[in-house]
Amino acid sequence: MIGLNHYLLLGTVLFGIGAYGVFAKRNAIAVLMSIELMLNAVNVNFVAINRFLQPAAGMGQLFAIFVIVVAAAEVAVGLALIISIYRHRKSVDLNDFNLLKW
Amino acid sequence: MLIQDVMTFSWLIPVLPFLAFALIGLFLHRWPKWSAACSIAAIGVSFFLSVLIAVEIFGGDPGRAFEMSVRWLEMPGLKVDMGILIDPLTAVMLLVVTTVALLVQIYSLGYMEGDPGRASYFAYQSIFAGSMLGLVMASNFGQIFVFWELVGMCSYLLIGFWFGRPSARDAAIKAFVTNRIGDFGFLLGILFLIIVFGTLNFGELAALIPDYHNLAVLLPIAVLLFFGPVGKSAQFPLHVWLPDAMEGPTPVSALIHAATMVAAGVYLIARAFFIFSQVPQAMLLIALVGGFTALLAATIALVQNDIKRILAYSTLSQLGYMVMAMGVGAMTAGMFHLRTHAFFKGLLFLAAGSVIHALHGEQDIWKMGGLAKKMPITTWTFVIGALALAGIPPLAGFWSKDEILLGAFAGGYTGLYLLGSLVAFMTAFYMFRLIFIAFFGVSKGAEQAHESPPVMTGPLVILAALSIGAGFVGSPWMGNVFGLYISTPGAVHHPVNPTIMAVSSLLALAGIGLAWLIYQKQAVSAEKLRQRWPALYHVFLNKYYVDEFYAWLGKVFVDAGARVLEWVDLKIINGAVNGLAYLTGSSGRTLRYAVNGQVQSYAIWVMVGLVLLLATVLKTVFTVLV
Repeated sequence: MIGLNHYLLLGTVLFGIGAYGVFAKRNAIAVLMSIELMLNAVNVNFVAINRFLQPAAGMGQLFAIFVIVVAAAEVAVGLALIISIYRHRKSVDLNDFNLLKW
Repeated sequence: MLIQDVMTFSWLIPVLPFLAFALIGLFLHRWPKWSAACSIAAIGVSFFLSVLIAVEIFGGDPGRAFEMSVRWLEMPGLKVDMGILIDPLTAVMLLVVTTVALLVQIYSLGYMEGDPGRASYFAYQSIFAGSMLGLVMASNFGQIFVFWELVGMCSYLLIGFWFGRPSARDAAIKAFVTNRIGDFGFLLGILFLIIVFGTLNFGELAALIPDYHNLAVLLPIAVLLFFGPVGKSAQFPLHVWLPDAMEGPTPVSALIHAATMVAAGVYLIARAFFIFSQVPQAMLLIALVGGFTALLAATIALVQNDIKRILAYSTLSQLGYMVMAMGVGAMTAGMFHLRTHAFFKGLLFLAAGSVIHALHGEQDIWKMGGLAKKMPITTWTFVIGALALAGIPPLAGFWSKDEILLGAFAGGYTGLYLLGSLVAFMTAFYMFRLIFIAFFGVSKGAEQAHESPPVMTGPLVILAALSIGAGFVGSPWMGNVFGLYISTPGAVHHPVNPTIMAVSSLLALAGIGLAWLIYQKQAVSAEKLRQRWPALYHVFLNKYYVDEFYAWLGKVFVDAGARVLEWVDLKIINGAVNGLAYLTGSSGRTLRYAVNGQVQSYAIWVMVGLVLLLATVLKTVFTVLV
């Protein structure tokens, strides 16, 4: 029987993979995708907790929708930034984006 | 009934001059004449009240005293009163202070004529009179210290009255600083008294101390209290300020630096005699300091050329006499000499002021000469004062000086007696050296001198009369009434000794004769004497180089201290501040490498922080739950 713990485990694994991608990937697009992965891990948790603990409230589902909307906007802004940087530096490697330092 | 009223209103004596000071300072200062009138009126009423009090006190039993006080502050282990104590000692001081202050203020009308600062001069005179009267009427050490400092402040203000002159400013500062040293010891002594006895009231202390036999405690108290008189009465080694204090107007020198304030130290010893007399070592110290000061100052006075400085060293010498009298236990004689000295030294200073006034500020005796014909009243009153100071019978100084010598001799201090006699001889010599040079002899540039106005000669004549007559109350002709009233347990009084009287009179006459031979008859050349003992002459002339020694001390110790403090400031204080700044800077320089521009490394740090935060929060939550 698949229960709450399985979903939470799935969410944790997804979040871990996403975090690894954010910290380790050099490609800006990949980092953006990893962020999406982390957001969706959170969505999984929201929906699962809503379903198993408070089915009547629907609060978790509502938040999941919000996160999807915000994530769409964030991807739009993020991609725009990356394209803008790419136009200047001909690169999407994060190691090249180190102008703001000491 | 009236008598009781006089005592009840005695607090007005110091308060009236204070009121005059306030009035002048607030309203009258624009009209110098009204300021002077206000000041003189106040001291006049105080004088009148003092006379009434004297009549009351000396009309009654010797042991009579009147005390009235209000509690000023109280806390565990300390209570300080503000009050008045009137006993024969106070009554004598009241009379002396109000008489001289009144005469000096009247005299100042003439002397300060036309000075732009007259109004403030009279204001200072008033506040001085009020403080001095408060001092002599104080009923406890706390109060006496307050007024002690007030008269010191007045002295500072009046020495530096002509503050346009750098020498006057320096003298004022010197007087103030020197007095601070003495007052510091005095204050410590008072604090000791509070700690040990819990009270500062003279009467209560006088009852407690004779039964308190712990010399190890009483000795430091007595010595510390003696610091006060050493500073205020200008005893060696703090005597250096008094000669310089002559920078003030001459009436100020007469009132403050000859007759009253400098005598406050002697008065304090008399007032606190019940403490000093319990400690033989302290008494010996007092006697030696006094005797040494008397000799030191007399030798310096022998060769000075400034009329006021000669008188200043003479004052030092006579104060030394009084202090010595206290030290040998002859408290009555000391107070007696204080009283007579106030009159004749006040007279001498005022007469000197009259000369200086007539000569437009000339103070060098060698530039005077032949004044006797031009200024007869000034000259003859000065001579009377000098005779009284020299101790020629039957003038006032004879009786009091003789009593001091008698006290030293009969008390077994033969050395001090001989020293005192030598000083008496020198006193007569230097006073008449001054007189023969300045008043008789050949006129040198004093042709246009003229007698001073009556407002100045009047006080001179009155003081001359007092200089002649004030000694009789302590003479055997009047049964020594002075000693009957002014005495205290522990003070000794000796029967008259005709030999001592004769010897001291002869010595005084010899001194006058020698001065006559050298300076009038010129049978002995002063120049030859000078060449015979050049070293001695220069030591005297340069005041034993004490000022130079203090300057050297200041140079060595103060400068060394300054260098140490400079090092502390530069290395330790600046070091701490600069070190802190360097620490901040270097930590910033090191930590900035964390800001490497790599977004992902920031993200890792954020993550680490978040995890730590969560761990902490969750730990708390779990602790609460479990």
